[in-house]
Amino acid sequence: MALALQQLINGLTLGAVYGLIAIGYTMVYGIIGMINFAHGDIYMVSAFIAVTAFTLLASLGISSVPLALLTVLVMSVLFTSVYGWAVERTAYRPLRGSTRLAPLISAIGMSIFLQNMVQLTQGARVKPIPPVLVGGFDLLTVDGFTVHLAYSQLLIIVVTVALMTAFSYVIGRTSFGRQQRACEQDRTMTALLGINVDRTISLTFMLGAMLAAVAGVLVTVYYGVVDFYIGFVAGIKAFTAAVLGGIGSLPGAMLGGLLIGLIEAFWAAYLSPEYKDVATFSILILVLMFRPSGLLGRPEVEKV
Amino acid sequence: MNPYRLLLHVDRLSMRFGGLMAIDDLSFDVHAGRITAVIGPNGAGKTTFFNCLTGFYRPTAGRVCLHHPQRGVLDLETLESHQVASQAQVVRTFQNVRLFPKMTVLENLIVAQHNRLQQASRFSLAGLIGLPGYRRAEAQAIEVAVDRLKRLNLIERADSVAGDLPYGMQRRIEIARALCVDPILLCLDEPAAGLNPRESAELNELLQSLVRDEGLAILLIEHDMNVVMNVSDHICVLNYGRKIAEGSPAEIRNNPHVIKAYLGEEEEDEDGAMKFPAESVP
Repeated sequence: MALALQQLINGLTLGAVYGLIAIGYTMVYGIIGMINFAHGDIYMVSAFIAVTAFTLLASLGISSVPLALLTVLVMSVLFTSVYGWAVERTAYRPLRGSTRLAPLISAIGMSIFLQNMVQLTQGARVKPIPPVLVGGFDLLTVDGFTVHLAYSQLLIIVVTVALMTAFSYVIGRTSFGRQQRACEQDRTMTALLGINVDRTISLTFMLGAMLAAVAGVLVTVYYGVVDFYIGFVAGIKAFTAAVLGGIGSLPGAMLGGLLIGLIEAFWAAYLSPEYKDVATFSILILVLMFRPSGLLGRPEVEKV
Repeated sequence: MNPYRLLLHVDRLSMRFGGLMAIDDLSFDVHAGRITAVIGPNGAGKTTFFNCLTGFYRPTAGRVCLHHPQRGVLDLETLESHQVASQAQVVRTFQNVRLFPKMTVLENLIVAQHNRLQQASRFSLAGLIGLPGYRRAEAQAIEVAVDRLKRLNLIERADSVAGDLPYGMQRRIEIARALCVDPILLCLDEPAAGLNPRESAELNELLQSLVRDEGLAILLIEHDMNVVMNVSDHICVLNYGRKIAEGSPAEIRNNPHVIKAYLGEEEEDEDGAMKFPAESVP
C-alpha cells in the first residue's frame, strides 16, 4: 500500500515530464503531419542550458532558490525556443511540399546533429549540478516504509498542472490558438484568410520547445545530472505517450504522458526495474497494432 | 463610359504547365460594385486563373493588378497567399467546402478576423493575461461575426460544429467567413455547385445584396447558367485558356463562339442560340 502510493507519486512526476514533452510531438504532428524526432534532443539541449545557467548563477553567488529557479527557467525557455525555431527553419521548412519521408529523415539527422553538437561542446561525461531543491515531506509511514514526496517532485507536478492549464487556454481561447487549430485543419484555407501559416508553424515549434524546456529544467532539478543522451530515451518515451494518447490530440498527449509514467513506475516496483523500458515500448507496438488512433484520437474515416 | 471604378486589371496573363497553356494571354477587367463571371467548359482554365490570383501559381507571363483604394496598385501575382487576403483584401472560396470542420461556426468566422486580433493580442501574451485591449478586440470580432451570421440567417447555428452542418449551410457559412476578412474583391469558385434550386436562388439574392449594399466586387466561376445569367453584370468566357468572348449576359447568350464552345460544332443552326440559356449547361 505504502509502496503503491510512493510509486504513484514517482509515476506522476515522471508522467508530468513525459506529458510536457509529448505535447511538442503532438502539436507538430497536428500542424504539419510529421514526427519531429529532434524534439527529444531539444529537451536535452534545454537541460544543458539549465545546467549552464545554474552554474553561472552559483558562480555569481545567487543563493535564493526561488530566484535561481525562476531565472534558470526563463533563460532555458528563451534559448530553447530559439533552438525550436532554428530547427524548423533550417531542417523542415525547406522541405515543405516535398515527400512525407523527407522531413522525417531530416528530423533524424537533426537529432543526431544536436546530440553530437552537445557531446562535442559539452563533453560526453555526465554533468552534475549541485543540489538545488533538497528535502521533502514524509507523508506517512507504514511498516517502516516511509512515503516521501520530495520538494522537486511537488514542483514538477505543480508547474506541469499550471502550465497545462495555461496552455489549454492559449490553444482553446486565444487568437494564436485559433490560428494554430485552423492551420491544423486546413493550411491552404488558413493562408487564404490572411494568416501567415509559416509563422504559425514557427510559433508552434517554439511553443513545443518551450514546454520541453520546462521539462528539461525540472528534470535537471529532480535528478541533478544530465548527459547528451537523455534526449533520446525521454524523446522516444514521450513519443510513445503521444501515440498512446492519440497523436494530434493535446489532452491525449497529457493523458498518455501520465499513463506511461505510471506504468513505468509500477512496472519497476512490482515486476522488474530492468525491463521498464521494454514495457513502455511494448505499449507503443501494441497501440500501433491494435489502436493506431490512440486513446483520445479519432480514427480516420475515409470518405468515399 | 463605365461608372464603376476599375478594381482588378488582368493584363496578358499566361500560365503554362509544360506543354499545356492553361491560360493563354488573358486580359480583362473587374470593376468595383459589379459581379463578373468567368465561365467556360471544363478545363478552360477558370480555376487556374483563380490560383494565379491567390498566390498558388506564379504566372508564366503577365500581371494581375489590383487597384486598391487605400494601398495603390498591388501586383497580386507577386504576393504570398496570406498577403493576398491580408494586404490586397482579396478572398476566395473553393469548389468544395473548406470550412474548419472541427471548429464552431463562430470560431470559423473569428479566425477570419485574425489579423486585427493578432495586432491586439501581441503574440497571444496579452490574450493570455486578458488585457482589456485584447478583450475589446475580441468582443468586436465576435460582434462582426454575429452580425454576419444574423444577416445570413445562420445565427442559431453559431455554436454548432461546422463540419456537422448540412452542405448548403456550410456553403453559406463559407461566404460569411470570407466576408469576415473584410474583402474588397470576393472570388467564388462555383458557389452554387451542389445547391438545390431554392438554395441557389438564395445565393443569387445574397450575391446581389453584397454588391448592392456593400459595394463589393465579386468574381464568380460558375457552371450553373441560371446563376450566371441572373446575377452577372459582366461575363468573360474562356475556352482552352483563351478568352473567346466578353460582355453582358445578353451579349454572351447570343454569341456564336460561346455556343460553339459549349455545345460543340454542329451544323450552323440558329435555334441553338435559344436552347442554351434555359438548359443550364453542365
